[in-house]
Amino acid sequence: MHDILNDTIASAPLWAIVVTGVATLLVHAWDEKSDKPVFWIALAGIGVSAVLTIWRAPVAGTAYSGMLKTGGAASAWTLLFLVATLLTLFIAWDSLGKAAAPRGEFTILVLFAVAGMIPFSAGNDLLAVFIGLEILSVSLYTLVGLTRRRFASNEAALKYFLLGAFAGGFFLYGIAFLYGAAQTTNIEDIARRFAQSNFPVLFLTGSALLLVGLAFKTGAVPFHMWVPDVYQGAPTAVTTFLITGGKAAAFGAFVTVFTMTLGHASARFAVVIGVLALCSMVFGNIAAIPQTDIKRMLAYSSIGHAGYMLIGVQTASVEGAGGVAFYLLSYILTSTGAFGVVAAMENEQGEGTRIEDFAGLGYTKPLLGALLSLFLFSLIGIPPFSGFFAKYYIFLTAIEHGDLWLVLIGVATSVVSLYFYLRVMVVMFFRQPGENQPVPEAGAWTMIAVVLSAAGVIALGLFPGTVLDLITSVF
Amino acid sequence: MPSLTWYLTLSAVLFTTGVVGVLTRRNALIIFMSIELMLNAVNLTFIAFSAFLGDGRGQIVVFFVMAVAAAEAAVGLAIVIALFRNRRTVDINDVNVLKW
Repeated sequence: MHDILNDTIASAPLWAIVVTGVATLLVHAWDEKSDKPVFWIALAGIGVSAVLTIWRAPVAGTAYSGMLKTGGAASAWTLLFLVATLLTLFIAWDSLGKAAAPRGEFTILVLFAVAGMIPFSAGNDLLAVFIGLEILSVSLYTLVGLTRRRFASNEAALKYFLLGAFAGGFFLYGIAFLYGAAQTTNIEDIARRFAQSNFPVLFLTGSALLLVGLAFKTGAVPFHMWVPDVYQGAPTAVTTFLITGGKAAAFGAFVTVFTMTLGHASARFAVVIGVLALCSMVFGNIAAIPQTDIKRMLAYSSIGHAGYMLIGVQTASVEGAGGVAFYLLSYILTSTGAFGVVAAMENEQGEGTRIEDFAGLGYTKPLLGALLSLFLFSLIGIPPFSGFFAKYYIFLTAIEHGDLWLVLIGVATSVVSLYFYLRVMVVMFFRQPGENQPVPEAGAWTMIAVVLSAAGVIALGLFPGTVLDLITSVF
Repeated sequence: MPSLTWYLTLSAVLFTTGVVGVLTRRNALIIFMSIELMLNAVNLTFIAFSAFLGDGRGQIVVFFVMAVAAAEAAVGLAIVIALFRNRRTVDINDVNVLKW
């Protein structure tokens, strides 16, 4: 009894989200028109969870018979998800309201997705990781198909579901092999069992299959096929959530399972992860060049960013893990900002996301134009914005680890990415708006999210060392 | 009792059948069925290891997998129905507004 109480307190951030999710579900089932109360309850729940996360952060441990990691690194990941969720909810309130999409259901499903992200990224047992993955995925499949009368949304949901379930099968098969090799699904025990250098075939096969499942979730080449279609077809608010929270959860799990827990066994896979990083950086940044839709362009660029983060993962070090978390924080703020502007540009049918629709935005809406430019500069990695330091720390760790080849490719592809990010700015500031092109109106909540993101991007750029030290100290 | 290798081979064959089904068939429902076959092949692997290692945890995992598969089926079929209502098709070749 005492154990259960202690474990519940230790995993309080997760419980806060679960309770809020169920509460919003009940409120919304009671009254279908209760979008607004559901929204406020969700904000309160996220706030409570964030406070509990910070409170538990200094006490790293495990809960529920070693199923879940609590405190420490788990707190860092949880905070990332909460930041992403909060900003997404702000954007979604205006964006989904405009499209007459169900905002209540969106809020509930996002909360359930977060309830899956936490065990997915902080599981200490492969079973917990798998259940977290599936709770997250099932919520995301539904979210992608949220606007069910739009065919693009149906199509994106179907593709995401079929490919996601397919990858989930590989992930599970990997767990089965690791269980057969180690007679346990506890990741720490598995790592302890294979602390020597001779790895049985079962262990290697299992880890490789696990790697496939995780690479799919992070959207790394060659498991990226779903990324552009899903990010383009999903409602923009959902895309924001996928690209921020979804990506953070996938990398959280990647780092927890491979870098932090499987430890030195994962060094066997450093080259494989390095090649995935290389392919993602090259493919993502080149395939983004010919895109005409900004959502699709940002989707391809997210494949490239996954590549940069994988450089940090493959170093299999605490510095690498901290670098990835810092990169994710920067990427979450930058992406929510950029997608907030895109969401403001959209009309009721979800149109207006072609790059040419941004013509003259710098004159018609100077603030939106300037903010989008700021986010794009951060995505390229130009100082003094956070994106620069995110890349800098990852590259620095990789050089210390002796992976100069990856860093050179990383710098080269960043230069390539200049082209397609700058093209948007050229269209915004040097092209006249077309005839009867509607002038976008950003809602109040969207503006709050975008301005908060911009402030975060600048603050991270001004005090990168402080934040990085703080993040690295919990790993 | 046959050796562990037989069970693992059988489940590997079932898993591969599922993978081939996903990659070659074009009907969303058949693809989904193939994915279920993959999951059940994994269940068989878990049970075989569990029996031969004399360890019950593998069988508990299978219960979780079955529950997850049921949840996935509910969501997946709902997505297929939403698609069918819009387009009267479940053939993934006809689902191509976004470039595949």
